[in-house]
Amino acid sequence: DTSLAKQKTDIKTEPSTDGFGNNNANDGRVLSASPGSGSSTGSNKQTAAVTPEDQQTLLAVLQFLKKNKLIESVEILRREAGLPENSLDPKATESAGAGSGGAAAVAEDQPDVRVVLSAYSQQGDPTLYEVYYSDLKKFIETVLDCHRAELSQVFYPLFVHMYLELVYNNHESEAKAFFEKFSGDQECYYEEDLRVLSGLTKKEHMRGNETLLDFRTSKFVLRISRDSYQLLKRHLQERQNNQIWNIIQEHLYIDIFDGMPRSKSQIDAMSGSLAGEAKREANKTKVYYGLLKEPEIELPLDDEDEEAENEEGKPKKKKPKKDSMGSKSKKQDPNAPSQNRIPLPELKDSDKLDKIMYMKEATKRIRLGSDNLPSVCFYTFLNAYQGLTAVDFTDDSSLIAGGFADSTVRVWSVTPKKLRKVKSAADLNLIDKESDDVLERIMDEKTASESKIMYGHSGPVYGISFSPDRNYLLSSSEDGTVRLWSLLTFTCLVAYKGHNYPVWDTQFSPYGYYFVSGGHDRVARLWATDHYQPLRIFSGHLADITCTRFHPNSNYVATGSSDRTIRVWDVLSGNCVRIFTGHKGPIHSLAFSPNGKFLASGATDGRVLLWDIGHGLMMGELKGHTDTIYSLRFSRDGEILASGSMDNTVRLWDVMKAFDDLETDDFTAATGHIHLQDNSQELLLGTYTTKSTPVIHLHFTRRNLLLAAGAFNP
Amino acid sequence: MSAMAEERRQKHCSVVLPTESMKAMAESVGVGQLQEDSCVALSEEVSYRIKEIAQDALKFMHHGKRRKLTTSDIDNALKLKNVEPLYGFQSQEFIPFRFASGGGRELHFYEEKEVDLSDIINTPLPRVPLDVSLKAHWLSIEGMQPAIPENPPPATKEQQKVESTEPLKVVKPGQEEEGTIQGKGQGTTTPDGKGKEKGLIRLKPRSTHELSVEQQLYYKEITEACVGSCEAKRAEALQSIATDPGLYQMLPRFSTFISEGVRVNVVQNNLALLIYLMRMVKALMDNPTLYLEKYLHELIPAVVTCIVSKQLCLRPDVDNHWALRDFAARLMAQSCKTFSTTTNNIQSRITKTFTKSWLDDKTQWTTRYGCIAGLAELGPDVIKTLIIPRLAIEGARIKAVMEGPVISNIDKIGAEHVQSLLLKHCASVIAKLRSPPDNVEQYRTEYGYLGPMLCSHVMKARTQAALQAQQVNRTTLTITQPRPTLSVSQSGLSGSSGPRTPSIIKVPSSLTLMSPRPGTPSQPSPPATKYIVMATSAGAASTQQVITLSSSQSASPVTSTVPSATSTLQPLVKLEPGSGPGLTASRPLQKYIVVSLPSSASSSLETKSSVLPTSISSSSLDGGMKLERSESPGASTQSPH
Repeated sequence: DTSLAKQKTDIKTEPSTDGFGNNNANDGRVLSASPGSGSSTGSNKQTAAVTPEDQQTLLAVLQFLKKNKLIESVEILRREAGLPENSLDPKATESAGAGSGGAAAVAEDQPDVRVVLSAYSQQGDPTLYEVYYSDLKKFIETVLDCHRAELSQVFYPLFVHMYLELVYNNHESEAKAFFEKFSGDQECYYEEDLRVLSGLTKKEHMRGNETLLDFRTSKFVLRISRDSYQLLKRHLQERQNNQIWNIIQEHLYIDIFDGMPRSKSQIDAMSGSLAGEAKREANKTKVYYGLLKEPEIELPLDDEDEEAENEEGKPKKKKPKKDSMGSKSKKQDPNAPSQNRIPLPELKDSDKLDKIMYMKEATKRIRLGSDNLPSVCFYTFLNAYQGLTAVDFTDDSSLIAGGFADSTVRVWSVTPKKLRKVKSAADLNLIDKESDDVLERIMDEKTASESKIMYGHSGPVYGISFSPDRNYLLSSSEDGTVRLWSLLTFTCLVAYKGHNYPVWDTQFSPYGYYFVSGGHDRVARLWATDHYQPLRIFSGHLADITCTRFHPNSNYVATGSSDRTIRVWDVLSGNCVRIFTGHKGPIHSLAFSPNGKFLASGATDGRVLLWDIGHGLMMGELKGHTDTIYSLRFSRDGEILASGSMDNTVRLWDVMKAFDDLETDDFTAATGHIHLQDNSQELLLGTYTTKSTPVIHLHFTRRNLLLAAGAFNP
Repeated sequence: MSAMAEERRQKHCSVVLPTESMKAMAESVGVGQLQEDSCVALSEEVSYRIKEIAQDALKFMHHGKRRKLTTSDIDNALKLKNVEPLYGFQSQEFIPFRFASGGGRELHFYEEKEVDLSDIINTPLPRVPLDVSLKAHWLSIEGMQPAIPENPPPATKEQQKVESTEPLKVVKPGQEEEGTIQGKGQGTTTPDGKGKEKGLIRLKPRSTHELSVEQQLYYKEITEACVGSCEAKRAEALQSIATDPGLYQMLPRFSTFISEGVRVNVVQNNLALLIYLMRMVKALMDNPTLYLEKYLHELIPAVVTCIVSKQLCLRPDVDNHWALRDFAARLMAQSCKTFSTTTNNIQSRITKTFTKSWLDDKTQWTTRYGCIAGLAELGPDVIKTLIIPRLAIEGARIKAVMEGPVISNIDKIGAEHVQSLLLKHCASVIAKLRSPPDNVEQYRTEYGYLGPMLCSHVMKARTQAALQAQQVNRTTLTITQPRPTLSVSQSGLSGSSGPRTPSIIKVPSSLTLMSPRPGTPSQPSPPATKYIVMATSAGAASTQQVITLSSSQSASPVTSTVPSATSTLQPLVKLEPGSGPGLTASRPLQKYIVVSLPSSASSSLETKSSVLPTSISSSSLDGGMKLERSESPGASTQSPH
């Protein structure tokens, strides 16, 4: 392994301080991940196949823990990973004993950031980089049209790696010249990354720069047809262009497929993420996207129900409907996970009542479609000078919660029923616990008000979510905590710590009990309300996790990130089961369709993308918004998708049409890409502009009325 | 493409802090001599770190759902990097950088004043801001966006413009025209037209002009109120036309209503209705959300008719149709100003029309008056080039009527009006054109019959101007194009033979005017008071800020709000013809001069210097308010310019 040898020599020439510097730079990442890794491996993280790379990473982590005197953690981790007792010891003692002299030795064995950076040790003639690159450019410009688009994908990663190599090897002026010459050729959707890159002109800058770590630690994935690849390979070998060939070998992952080369538009649809497209293998795992069987609840077809129906004058229609619903829920969806794949909380009596309410409401649901658009009721937050940062509605649309930049969380009742606190313990002692209306009696009538404020966070509240039973509220904040609030006492019950950095989003599972959070530390965590440590840590994103969503069956979690990818994680195993690429900006909203088959995502680029979860394919692209999409929601039947954006509009899309129009033949094709029509304009059913209110939340009531919310921004 | 790349590269690379800044910063923390090399190294490092922080701050902005980066975003970004954020008072808006230069160095700095804590403690607390509240409204009802104040106007002016100026947009296959989408959002067009629009055929998008039931009702109510008998209702209706954002779809109907109405009522000589219709035109023009360009072909002929028509009323010798001509002339001038472009050439076409019929010897005095009024309203330049050269000829013609054998009373009245009109408009222009020594003989030779009268008018104008220059700081007074409002007394509507007062021009009841303060009436001989009331054209607020210019002593405008009060006085309201060519504000100011005359109206000239800021409720004005028109020379010289 020649490159490794080179690394070592390179490191040895470095002064020992380099090692410390790197450790510092790495602190944040490792620290935030380390407490979690203990617990998640404890449950069932895969320990089976430890590749040599993983082994190295593990060693690095151990080394770090050791250095920070976290002996216990070292023991646990070693036991979990199945490493021998002495795997670390000799070097560790060496480093500890030998002081500064040993630092070099430590550095030699620590396969962390330094290695990552030192991979750019290969020394080519800096002046030739431009020649190499333009040579390749010339070649790609002259190949047949059908190959050109595919091969052009190589430009961006090559450009970045060559630039970084130049910077790493202290060829500052050459690097600058190289950047100036070729940065203009790159696709416009890499603009953001190029801006980051342009700021980076010194080797010292590379330390601790997350974008760079990402570039190095993850191979940039390209999808190229076999023919095109052969063409490229032949050219590079003919020209003896080893410099480029090495980069392709080391830093690029070329996913070769057999078949027709893709067109420019097909490539553009899928590219744009920080680390290239998703590998096809990444989306091969089976996903049980079906819905769980609803528990059988006998609908009390009692008098009051009948009465209500009689009033409306159509009592006969009711029964067949009910039967059909019953039979529907009895059928087991072949794509659904088994009922007890993950343990779910048992239904309480109150939950059953709520389910009944839900079914009653559902029968009155309006059937939406392109010719039957929903009404939109807009809740405007007035005088929100401090900044409204998050909004959520309860599923029954009775409460609305807002998270604000001044760290407060506020809850409003949008029904005439006011918000009341539970009486104090002393008063509670006085009430008759046997009475039928005990739940009513425990409430303190004196505290009734339309809204309640909850204090506790020490930073802007970026994520907010009601529990399905409306007893709890979750909020995530810049202060690094996720807080659980009781909506009975309007006090904070738990502060879940672990993220350390801003937590951008959090959401309750549709069945309650579990919740997911994601933030600046690039990991999403799965929690249970009664555990103060996370149950799972979903790590893999290369930048901040900006939004998190639970799948309707609670077995999966989707996360959107600033690295412009969406990942779907299996709650059971903690593995990433889907990676969706195609967005050109940080993703700020996600929505699962009610049947669990589809996922919609919206980003700062103003586009909504639709994904088929089962096949792992992009289903459509909805263009129309001109600014960040902060909210997406499917109607209760999944026929209409509503999107709300910073551009002050709510738009409605005919997603049924989008899904129907797609030719299903494409799904079976092995190439893993489909032809997308550019039919956004046909799918757009309506655009509703507010006066000056960005739309930051949307919610379909159980009867398919669309509620929207945002703060008036004069 | 290459230019774009060039631009982008520029954007990417060039931003590094200058080394001078490094030196300045070093000095500020006490490091005196900084090596050039260190400066370069530092500036690169600092620039890089700043960029990093800015990038992180952007994240906070995005998650804060804002478009504006704030200082707290920077603080949070610093916190991410484990750097202590900047503490202290934060400015909500931009940070006021100060600039200083000296010794060949330029410096931008943030002026940090020392804050005396006791000052802060002792200052009374600011008013508690309103608490966050929730308000619900219908953004859409089954796919239709209701036209309620909470929603934006259905079609913005730009959209209306695009629709009317580019109706033949190329429709790409599979892609609808933008207007159609908008329409669909509002449910005005049916989506079935889509199939026919495929292919590169240039098709004007079908736009249905069906009005909803509510709109039809509204249209009916508004038009009835506008020409109906109730003045209060009319004021409300006009207010609605002038401010409602959702009228776009009804605009074609309104425009037809007006043009047809004028056509019919000119024939029937129904002065009152013509005035009502002109007020509607004005209200439409005042509405900022309407794109009127499309309907000028209907509106302009109607307005011009009201200016130059030979006969506008049944009894031209008694009825004051002159006021209507003035009013319409102002409307015309206003629309020239707003709508005239190099392609439609409204102003030059209108000017030609007026000039042509004025030059015609056979033209009647009424039409003649209208032509001159229409031209004069177009501004001093037009007066200078078109009217003043003809003063002598026109003077001769007037002389012929006035001093010659009495042919008809109507001609005489007409000639009188033309004379006063010419004097009124030309005096101020001539005052500016000629240098002070005003010689009557000179004037006579130059302007003929009108010369002597002009001379005295010019002199009055000069003294007036001089007086005002001394009295008030003229720069604070904005004289704007008037936005007159006029109405006719109710008797005029019926057209019956009852005694008809000459037109009384009223101020709409929605406008709050001022009256003498309650104590004034009890004074034995209270001096005439003059107030200048300025109001924005949409002044619907019940209390509004009133700038009172006192002509006697106070040099700065006094601002006061107007409470309700009653008065027994009958103030005269005069509309100030403005000279303001430099009209910059998008919403022009309305200015009324209220002259209250206790007993003898003639005393106004002498006593106008004493001014008392007082108030009156608008309702009390309705009955007895008279608008003093420029017919009387004495009043016209009162105008403050």
